[in-house]
Amino acid sequence: MPARRPGRRPEPPDVMAAASKARGRLRKPVPLDRDVSGRYLPLLVAIMVYLAALALAGALSVNKLAARWDSGLAGALTLQIPAEAAAATDGPALDALTQALAATPGVLAVEPMDAQEMTALLEPWLGDAVVAGDLPLPRLVAVTIDTGGPPDMEALRATAQELAPGSLLDDHQRWLARLLDLARAVEIMAAVVVLLVVAAACIMVAFVTRMGLAAHNRAIELLHLIGAQDSYVARQFQNHALSLGLRGGLLGFLCALPTLYLARFLLQRIDTGLLPELRLEPHEWSLLVLLPVAAALVAMLTARITVLRTLARMP
Amino acid sequence: MVRFEDVVLRYGNGPEILKRISLQFDPGSYHFLVGPSGAGKSSLLRMMYLAQHPTAGRVALFGRDVAGLSRRETALLRRRIGVVFQDFRLLDHLTARENVALPLHISGQAGGRSAKDVEELLAWVGLADHMDALPPTLSGGQKQRVAIARAVIARPSLLLADEPTGNLDDRMAVRLLYLFEELNKIGTTVVIATHNESLVERFRHPVTRLRDGEAVEFDAGPAPRPQAGTA
Ligand SMILES: Nc1ncnc2c1ncn2[C@@H]1O[C@H](COP(=O)(O)OP(=O)(O)OP(=O)(O)O)[C@@H](O)[C@H]1O
Ligand SMILES: [Mg+2]
Repeated sequence: MPARRPGRRPEPPDVMAAASKARGRLRKPVPLDRDVSGRYLPLLVAIMVYLAALALAGALSVNKLAARWDSGLAGALTLQIPAEAAAATDGPALDALTQALAATPGVLAVEPMDAQEMTALLEPWLGDAVVAGDLPLPRLVAVTIDTGGPPDMEALRATAQELAPGSLLDDHQRWLARLLDLARAVEIMAAVVVLLVVAAACIMVAFVTRMGLAAHNRAIELLHLIGAQDSYVARQFQNHALSLGLRGGLLGFLCALPTLYLARFLLQRIDTGLLPELRLEPHEWSLLVLLPVAAALVAMLTARITVLRTLARMP
Repeated sequence: MVRFEDVVLRYGNGPEILKRISLQFDPGSYHFLVGPSGAGKSSLLRMMYLAQHPTAGRVALFGRDVAGLSRRETALLRRRIGVVFQDFRLLDHLTARENVALPLHISGQAGGRSAKDVEELLAWVGLADHMDALPPTLSGGQKQRVAIARAVIARPSLLLADEPTGNLDDRMAVRLLYLFEELNKIGTTVVIATHNESLVERFRHPVTRLRDGEAVEFDAGPAPRPQAGTA
């Protein structure tokens, strides 16, 4: 069994001595691994990485959702014929409308939704009234256009108006723009959360490092007196911070996994294209995996800079 | 090697501990620094290992004025100086072996033969059985010997020893002074602050006596004894 477990109570001298002999290496000249910070810092880093992972995963899936909306709706128009006018555009009138629209250059396909489709679509929301046919329903016609060479929208609207007075041609742009705004806002919020988490981590590591410098000031003074440069002392602290940061980061990341999995499960149950899916691609996973590594690196850099700056101010 | 010009030292607003000290220790020389307790021996040595700035005057080491040294230059200069501190200053969480190896580790000379050198040196100072002991488990004299081994392991050009034999019996004290003698023969400049007059007499080297903040130098040879009553 490896005899030295950092972050624990000092062990009996002979055990420690035997350990160092076995490894043939010098134990850390500054005994940072006995500080209480060793117990709390990883926990705090874990919490931060956990929060950052959730924020990042959220931002990534919202971003994907927005992309899906964007591409899903690009090229799709909906012609809405109000209920009052719907009856007038049954049968031959509808066929005429369909043909006229389809004949417009730039239109790829025109598909009127039939009554059953509409009923099936609305029944879960509106209940039996739909089935009974009591409710006046608008008629919807899905129009697919060529995004490469789109039709003249005004001409298309005019055609629709002429054949189905009162109809509305909706290109979803307003709705889509708002959704995209929302997605953007969520992304920015997530980025702010990640930045705040990083800032908090830096402050914390700097604080812990300064405490360590004060606590071990005798040992550090001795190291200086026998010729250690500031970078040597900084190395002690940065390696320590790196290992604590890595441990905490991995812990936080591992805790984030079940949370993400649960969120994905709950979202999947709802089964609607409107909600994000939380299914991450491999490259997005690698971004998440980078979080604990980044946390460790940030901790290490912060410790190094803190030590170097503090020591440089000493006489 | 060591040059003091009109060096004055006071701590804070306290009295002048050292008043206008001028002295010069040539490369390869061997000096004793004596004086009553509180005379300022440790303070003088502290200026030599750059832990203390003089209040006034100039200190030069290895031919360089130390006033304008950067932190980096100070560190590099200190690597050429071995110090036995009066209070040992061992790191309690490191074994005797690791404490002695520390200067090598710091200057990047660890590895290779160094582990063997450390062991040989520790054996030489009589600690073969305590290489893996932690300082808190060692006696005062044993700690002192670890401190001495640490001071000489990197073969310093200048060895400053503050009361290096204070906790040792005479036999061990003489043995260690022979170690310093050997180092001196290979060119190390040695400065030893001590109370032990019999050692000073035994090894004929120039003596600098501190008294009332002044330094008086005596040549080697049949050591002149200005004070009566020591016979
Ligand atoms: N850090 C300090 N702050 C204030 N006064 C100090 C400090 N260090 C030493 N002194 C004072 O300076 C004087 C000289 O102390 P120093 O330790 O140099 O004497 P010493 O000759 O080494 O004595 P000893 O033989 O007992 O070791 C003493 O009066 C001491 O009180
Ligand atoms: Mg002293």
